[in-house]
Amino acid sequence: MSKASVRASAYCLCHVPELALWYGNTPHAERAAHPESEFLGQLASAVQEYDKAVRYAPNLAYIGALSPDDLLDRPQPWHEHLESGPARNGKYGEIIPEDEFLGFMDICDVFDLIWLEAGFAARVREKLAAHSLITETMLHRLEAGHEALDISGAVERGEALPLYCGGKVIGCCRRGHETDHNLSAYELLVNIACKASGVLSLLHLIKNAGLRPEDIDFVVECSEEAAGDVCQRGGGNFAKAIAEIAGCSNASGCDVRAFCAGPVNALINAASMVVAGARKNVAVIGGGAIPKLYMNSRDHVKKGLPALENCLGGFGVLLTPEDGVHPVMRLDCLGKHNVGAGASPQAVTSALVLEPLQKAGLTFSDVERYAAELHNPEITLPAGAGNVPEANYKMIAALAVMKGLLEKSAMPAFIKEHGMPGFAPTQGHIPSGVPFIGHAVDAITAGSLKRAMIIGKGSLFLARLTNLADGASFLLEGPSAVSGAADLSKEDIKAAILDVLAELAGEMSKKESAS
Amino acid sequence: MSILQGKKLVLLGERDGVPSPAMEAALAASGGEVAFAATECFV
Repeated sequence: MSKASVRASAYCLCHVPELALWYGNTPHAERAAHPESEFLGQLASAVQEYDKAVRYAPNLAYIGALSPDDLLDRPQPWHEHLESGPARNGKYGEIIPEDEFLGFMDICDVFDLIWLEAGFAARVREKLAAHSLITETMLHRLEAGHEALDISGAVERGEALPLYCGGKVIGCCRRGHETDHNLSAYELLVNIACKASGVLSLLHLIKNAGLRPEDIDFVVECSEEAAGDVCQRGGGNFAKAIAEIAGCSNASGCDVRAFCAGPVNALINAASMVVAGARKNVAVIGGGAIPKLYMNSRDHVKKGLPALENCLGGFGVLLTPEDGVHPVMRLDCLGKHNVGAGASPQAVTSALVLEPLQKAGLTFSDVERYAAELHNPEITLPAGAGNVPEANYKMIAALAVMKGLLEKSAMPAFIKEHGMPGFAPTQGHIPSGVPFIGHAVDAITAGSLKRAMIIGKGSLFLARLTNLADGASFLLEGPSAVSGAADLSKEDIKAAILDVLAELAGEMSKKESAS
Repeated sequence: MSILQGKKLVLLGERDGVPSPAMEAALAASGGEVAFAATECFV
């Protein structure tokens, strides 16, 4: 057996324009350098409000209220041609508004780092009490709140960062240590937001799988944040912290990091555990990144566009032993970008696409849909970063042409047929192939898709330890018969026949003795 | 002779386009000297 079933998936967005405005890295750094910056003033007016975010087609495709192919029918720009009806909830998850998310961050905070103003805490408690996935136990964790003076005092003393909602300070995130930069208020705010968006995704995942929190055996977390203190800066672990809040009392967990290739590597790790029989119900979870909010906002503002990078992304995928029902993730033909593979686009695409296809005895056209770097082009194009998914599809098609497996004239049709528009927020690891898993699983189950390839690529060079990038890929297919006849070796078959013969001989000798 | 002969080269790569190590490899025989090479990620 070299396949794990993909039992469920979940996708959530946390619409947090005020966290973006204050703590997204681009405005945060600008505020430190130029507090009176004209850009910051313009950015504050470029907000895409929640009522628009829940009608913005790429967001709806992310949570499963639309399919990625639906975007092809929508006139662009999508931010000007909003859907007629809002959708907070989709098949896979939700778009949570900022006030509820700030309250949820407090629920996820176990060190009393988040302080909420008492009136705000009371208002948000009412809203969270109505949330179908937030239990009484979780709600009990929400603090009663603090006096506004206590909050402003902590901020003025430099012990905390203010939190905003509706343009007003409604709380703060306190530091965890006086001198340790790893436990500064900023780092802890980033980590708690990552954790909270991960918890929300895990709650949706458990619901979508039809399981109880206690059924989860292991969580693998794959965001791009580092949890730790001065002596172990990236010690971890988000996974177990997320599992704790979600009530997964029988789970443990660990983190996997590989920049934007983290999710695909985490899925391969998790599937390997499942296939080896080490763990049964393994949830792969990724939370969102505050620093990447409003990352390209300087260009958006310059071009008079709304600042669209206003959502933290989160996702979850539940892997289980192959059950013959759910689509499967294949482990026998993984794409791997080796150290010596080279950095040229054709070398990377060969390692991630061609080589796994060759291992599987397939060719380019045998994969109906490729999911690679699904960044929303409305965010990246105005910033000069191009249409990232399209660039990847062009490279796959070009490699097929180079290998003589596709006519050059057929490239545009191949890209259209086998690719898809980007629909994920620019949250680094979040767009890296995984947003299509839910859609692919549904389409495979419905019989409208045979096979998809999920591709993740990570910019390891950003950490200044290597000039290398990383990448990984895998195939998703329909379930095979649980007996797994194709996976049986001759030795397995021989052993099974010998078992049956021995059983038969035993029965015969019993009958002989009885007669 | 290459038009880059004796020139100093500044190479800025992009992960989903052409990364700088690939540019360096392509320009190795150009006669230019790589003064700076970096790959960035804008997503």
